[in-house]
Amino acid sequence: MTDASMNDAALPKSGLSVTDARTRKRNAAEKRFRAYGIAAISVGLLFLLFLFGSILKSGIPAFTQTVVDVEFTMTQEAVDEAESKMLKTKAYENYFIAALEAQLAERGMDVAFDAKAIQRIVGKTGGTIRSHFQDNPDAIGQPVSFELAASSRVDGYFNGRVTRETLVDSRFLQLSDLDLVDALAEAGIIHGAFNWNFITGKDSGVDNPGGAGLGASVIGSFFMMLVVLFLSLPIGVAASIYLEEFAPKNRFTDLIEVNISNLAAVPSIVFGILGLAVFIQFAGLPQSAPLVGGLVLTLMTLPTIIISTRASLAAVPPSIRDAALGVGASKMQSVFHHVLPLAMPGILTGTIIGLAQALGETAPLLLIGMVGFVAREYPDGFMAGFTDANSAMPAQIYTWASRADPGFYEKAWGGIIILLLFLITMNTIAVILRRRFERRW
Amino acid sequence: MSLSWLILVVLAIAAMGYVMGRARALKSAGGDSRALHSLPVYYGTNVAMWAIVPAFAVLLVWLLAQPIFVNSRVLASLSDITVADGSSMGLVMSDVRRVADGLDVAVQQGAMTVDAARTLTTEDTDIRELLGGVGVALGSSVSPDVLRGAQTYRQLTGIGSVVMTALVLIIALGGAAFAYARSDADFRARNVVEKGILVLLVSAASIAVLTTIGILFALLFNTIEFFRLYPAADFFFGTKWAPSFSGRGGASDLGVLPLLWGTFYISFIALLVAVPVGLFSAIYLSEYASPRVRSIAKPLIEILAGIPTIVYGLFALLTVGPILVSMFGKDTLGWMSGGTAVMTAGLVMGIMLIPFVSSLSDDIINAVPQAMRDGSYGLGATQSETIRQVILPAALPGIVGAILLAASRAIGETMIVVLGAGAAARLSLNPFEAMTTITAKIVSQLTGDADFASPEALVAFALGMTLFVLTLGLNIFALYIVRKYREQYD
Repeated sequence: MTDASMNDAALPKSGLSVTDARTRKRNAAEKRFRAYGIAAISVGLLFLLFLFGSILKSGIPAFTQTVVDVEFTMTQEAVDEAESKMLKTKAYENYFIAALEAQLAERGMDVAFDAKAIQRIVGKTGGTIRSHFQDNPDAIGQPVSFELAASSRVDGYFNGRVTRETLVDSRFLQLSDLDLVDALAEAGIIHGAFNWNFITGKDSGVDNPGGAGLGASVIGSFFMMLVVLFLSLPIGVAASIYLEEFAPKNRFTDLIEVNISNLAAVPSIVFGILGLAVFIQFAGLPQSAPLVGGLVLTLMTLPTIIISTRASLAAVPPSIRDAALGVGASKMQSVFHHVLPLAMPGILTGTIIGLAQALGETAPLLLIGMVGFVAREYPDGFMAGFTDANSAMPAQIYTWASRADPGFYEKAWGGIIILLLFLITMNTIAVILRRRFERRW
Repeated sequence: MSLSWLILVVLAIAAMGYVMGRARALKSAGGDSRALHSLPVYYGTNVAMWAIVPAFAVLLVWLLAQPIFVNSRVLASLSDITVADGSSMGLVMSDVRRVADGLDVAVQQGAMTVDAARTLTTEDTDIRELLGGVGVALGSSVSPDVLRGAQTYRQLTGIGSVVMTALVLIIALGGAAFAYARSDADFRARNVVEKGILVLLVSAASIAVLTTIGILFALLFNTIEFFRLYPAADFFFGTKWAPSFSGRGGASDLGVLPLLWGTFYISFIALLVAVPVGLFSAIYLSEYASPRVRSIAKPLIEILAGIPTIVYGLFALLTVGPILVSMFGKDTLGWMSGGTAVMTAGLVMGIMLIPFVSSLSDDIINAVPQAMRDGSYGLGATQSETIRQVILPAALPGIVGAILLAASRAIGETMIVVLGAGAAARLSLNPFEAMTTITAKIVSQLTGDADFASPEALVAFALGMTLFVLTLGLNIFALYIVRKYREQYD
């Protein structure tokens, strides 16, 4: 008892076992500082999560398309009768509407509608039906199932973009039409389907977001990437070999080195100005062509490829070079037969990453006219793919984002999902290459 | 012969030369490759190289020079006509080219004979209708001068491509023959081939210099042209940006100051977001985080750097803008009237720059020698005290360099501001107002319909020059600081 109380009294004011006010303050500061760090990382990751969340949430609907699914039979007589009329497509449309009415009645639904409402929901159907029967005369007399794309506003109604509260009656869609749409949906005549046209199709007019597709611009991007790959890989590797293996230390080499590191930091839009002034105005190459886009992107990616190639060349140990020289190889032989093959995985990784960067680049393409042009056509052939005017994926997305109809925003987000899928694939290949072939010396 | 065929033929000559050169060298050594100076491959390669390289060099130069030559000849033949008001030589020239292309298409489709295309006159044919029939739409009917120009153009281009084909083939064959004749056992083929390869390597490396020269020339010439039409003092010190839309006539105010202000304001907000988040992430990842956390969090944050800027632009326009409006818009505080604003673009650009700041700072913090940390711990400092009082001061120059590099990135960023910042140029302090930047105006001035010779289009080159000088200056300054810092520890 007495010992304990004496010990209490004798305890020092500070020490290893007791924390005084100052230590507490210092420890609290330590904890705060650590919390700032965790908070900063969480903020960064939250932004990432939020970004991907909003891309997925807004972009997924672009991959579905609301379709009106009607099965009906055209007899030979009906076709003949329709063909004999003045307004042929109108006559086909009447058959379509009759079939739709019959299907609704079959399911015991009773909704009043007129031809105008149908036109607002699925657009003018007669032409599609007529051309189908003209292309396939065998189908006459057989039951044919038509899947017709619903208009973008009906699409928006199913995606939640258009609601009964926000809808303003217009020639595109009226409030009363939504009753019909609901009835059709209940009958299973209107339903969602995967929108293949979005992946393979071409761009549509400014008032038809439903029919817009990314396909043609994917082709444009593909041809641009071909140009970038076949120019920037050889040029980049050759330049790196010279700088890393052969260049003497002199003013010219210094000039090249300074140039490369500065080019890596020049804003991409300046490369667009270069492309416009030199390739299009001076050299007279065609506007909006993937060839010009590819040339501009080549100049932009070169510094990236050169920097990564030099790093992988430098990582090959000097003993390899010395061994080759020792058995009588020339300097050139030692580089091309031994150093370059060993550095190849690193070079390819750097090239793929450079290509991925080029694929997502938009700003220079704005200036060489790949945006003003609307990708309505596929190129005619392989060579035409380089010189015919086309768009590219990011340029197409920008075009959609700057259109007035909000239906295109959904397409823009959808386009971003496809673009990111391409980038993720390329980066994954790069990572796998690095893991699989990287050698530590 | 079309270009692709010409290239294929030259390649075929080279391939044949390879086989023949190799065979000739072997034969001169009596079939014994040990008697050769070099490996047989080098004799073949030597012939192939002589066939390809000079021929392709001539081809490239010709392809670049021919349009310039033809244009000047056609323009000279047109110079006696008066160019219509509001039109320019460039526009007449593009008309000429369209008509010439149209005639090519017509001949190709068999709508007219080659002779007919050469002798056509506007008196007896309606060119516009004729070309419309083969799918070439012309904006206006064709004047006799333009048609004459188009015929001259076709004629010169035709002659040019025949001469080019012949010249390239002669050079390819001549080169191959010259090298073939030299292929014998004593010829030092390897040395020649290696010298040739070295020349190719040097020219590949020079492309970087050529690019810079190209950028400088493109910017300089057009900027000088712009200052001839528009006073430089008004450009640099003007506080009003109001280009006239028609592209001709009407006075435009093209002052750069509102654009510079918008650029710096947006970049400042971006750095306000990116620097604290990026720097603290870097500190935590390099000093506190366990290897496991680091190996997960670092790549995740760096994903932000790999996302294309168009994605950030869309994110600003369609997600961040509406959210900010709902927070500060007229329903709540009334500060913000539209989704596009300095704040929107700045915030999103800040997110984009986080990985840039964090990975650069991470490298720099890791480069601080461990001995300095150990010394500080030995004196009883806590980890945060060590970081604040030892590591950060030591790493400060490098971190400043990283921030400057991020700033230069922010100034040159285009897509986020084109989509997120708005189009109105104004000098205002309110970050919730729409403003515009140099890059956004370069895009809008060059993508419109304005004539390229008008000051409204040429101003884009002056803006590009301003941007180029700004970012280059920042970069050189940043690299200078980083390099100076590095010398202290290496």
